[in-house]
Amino acid sequence: MTVDIDKTAGGPAGTPPTPPEAIKAIPVRHYGRYVSAVVAIALLAAVVYAFSQGKINWGAIPDYFFDDRVLTGMGKTLLITVLAMLIGVVGGILLAVMRLSKNPVTSSIAWFYIWFFRGTPVLVQLVVWFNLGLVFEYINLGPFYRDEWSDFMTPFLTALLGLGLNEAAYMAEICRAGLLAVDEGQTEAAHALGMSHTKTLRRIVVPQAMRVIVPPTGNEVINMLKTTSLVSVVQYAELFRVAQDIGQTSGAPAEMLFLAAAWYLLLTSVFSVGQYYLERYYARGSSRSLPPTPMQKIRANLFSLSNRSSTTGGAA
Amino acid sequence: MTAMVKAEGVHKSFGAVEVLKGIDLEVKQGEVFCLIGPSGSGKSTFLRCINHLEKINAGRLYVDGELVGYRQKGDKLYELKDSEVALKRRDIGMVFQRFNLFPHMTAVENVMEAPVQVKGMSRGQARDRARALLERVGLADKAGNYPSQLSGGQQQRVAIARALAMDPKLMLFDEPTSALDPELVGDVLDVMRDLAESGMTMVVVTHEMGFAREVGDSLVFMDDGVVVESGNPRDVLTDPQHDRTKAFLSKVL
Repeated sequence: MTVDIDKTAGGPAGTPPTPPEAIKAIPVRHYGRYVSAVVAIALLAAVVYAFSQGKINWGAIPDYFFDDRVLTGMGKTLLITVLAMLIGVVGGILLAVMRLSKNPVTSSIAWFYIWFFRGTPVLVQLVVWFNLGLVFEYINLGPFYRDEWSDFMTPFLTALLGLGLNEAAYMAEICRAGLLAVDEGQTEAAHALGMSHTKTLRRIVVPQAMRVIVPPTGNEVINMLKTTSLVSVVQYAELFRVAQDIGQTSGAPAEMLFLAAAWYLLLTSVFSVGQYYLERYYARGSSRSLPPTPMQKIRANLFSLSNRSSTTGGAA
Repeated sequence: MTAMVKAEGVHKSFGAVEVLKGIDLEVKQGEVFCLIGPSGSGKSTFLRCINHLEKINAGRLYVDGELVGYRQKGDKLYELKDSEVALKRRDIGMVFQRFNLFPHMTAVENVMEAPVQVKGMSRGQARDRARALLERVGLADKAGNYPSQLSGGQQQRVAIARALAMDPKLMLFDEPTSALDPELVGDVLDVMRDLAESGMTMVVVTHEMGFAREVGDSLVFMDDGVVVESGNPRDVLTDPQHDRTKAFLSKVL
């Protein structure tokens, strides 16, 4: 960005302008904050103490934390999360576009899909997928594929379809909100340039809708990661199921639940960081300068500590 | 001279509200045609009908001899498909009051977008052309800036360059300077004046009477969905015949 104003205070030539004397005042004391902090710490300590005195063998958790079975289970949890979200996002965008379409057939289909998949519990859907062999004894795709339903619908596929198709219904509503948030003038401008409906959506509307879509989608990813624990009911050996299995054989069932909880917390924390950077990417063009990344903030703070006199300018 | 735009008894209603009540006019090739009138008079709506952003309810509207939005076979009218409408819009550039630049693209990407996506031009060629167009509107050094980093006047000039990138035979301007700070209006009008001198056919909805008088070849005063008065801008603006025109001009001049 070219700016005519010279921001570099104290250039090589000329005398450095003397900054006005900074205000020195006694800041407002927030005694309430000290009191509430003490109370909160005391309560936390009490809870920690209670748990430490409970009949829980804490030593078992680090023993199994990086157990091969746990790591494999975690890998499967991540795999299902990513794939189901992929189905969810792609399906969601498709459904949202269908829902907003002028074509009454496609919009009705989308409406019906969302009505059905949002209106029934995902746990029930999972079990139904698993047992759909009662309706379809065989799956028959002509010359390509033919198998019994129970062989075809493995725990993996059940988990994937059950979670993915359900997620698509929720993502559809998020995407619809995002598409509606884009100014109508954008569509008009694109149409006036001779762009087709599809191109307008793909090139102009969807990229701008992403700014609205990404934050709640990050929420959905974190939700999905936790919801994958439901697929333990269809015999898929993901993190929660593995933790339960180990718990039963090792005689430390409660400990393994804490272990699973710790892993889930760790994974959701990592996803939250990823979400921050994704939001930052889609914010480009919407504000004059992007918000700094945490690393940039830390660097800027260090810089300002070591060199107080010339902090402004530079990074802005 | 053939007519670039020809309107015959154009009607347009939004629900029960009749916005255009039978517009007849003709825009000749190469002329700068100004539409003035109070807000709500239907001038912007009429402009939007020309490239089929709005559908007309009655009458006939022709651009370059072809019916807008329909195909006539015998005495039957067939609605055009979206793709056919899009094909016709390629030749008609439009500049909006609120610029409507694509905020997620830089200035040069805004100008490149349609040639690449609609005409299938190579990115390299489109980029060169876009840079040349930005230079023409005086913004060569702003090519890499996002719209949010540009002033209103600069954004509107990018929008003009974007429309020109499709090599239109007709340009529509919908109050291009109404959303601008007064001191930025001049830059945009200069670009439009330049464009007029190059022989572009332009239909301009405007409140800039000075521009209409200097650059305009024809002028129409619209009020309440009808054409009240039309003619040479210098005549109409200095010596209006109708009371309604007189009343309007006495307020804006």
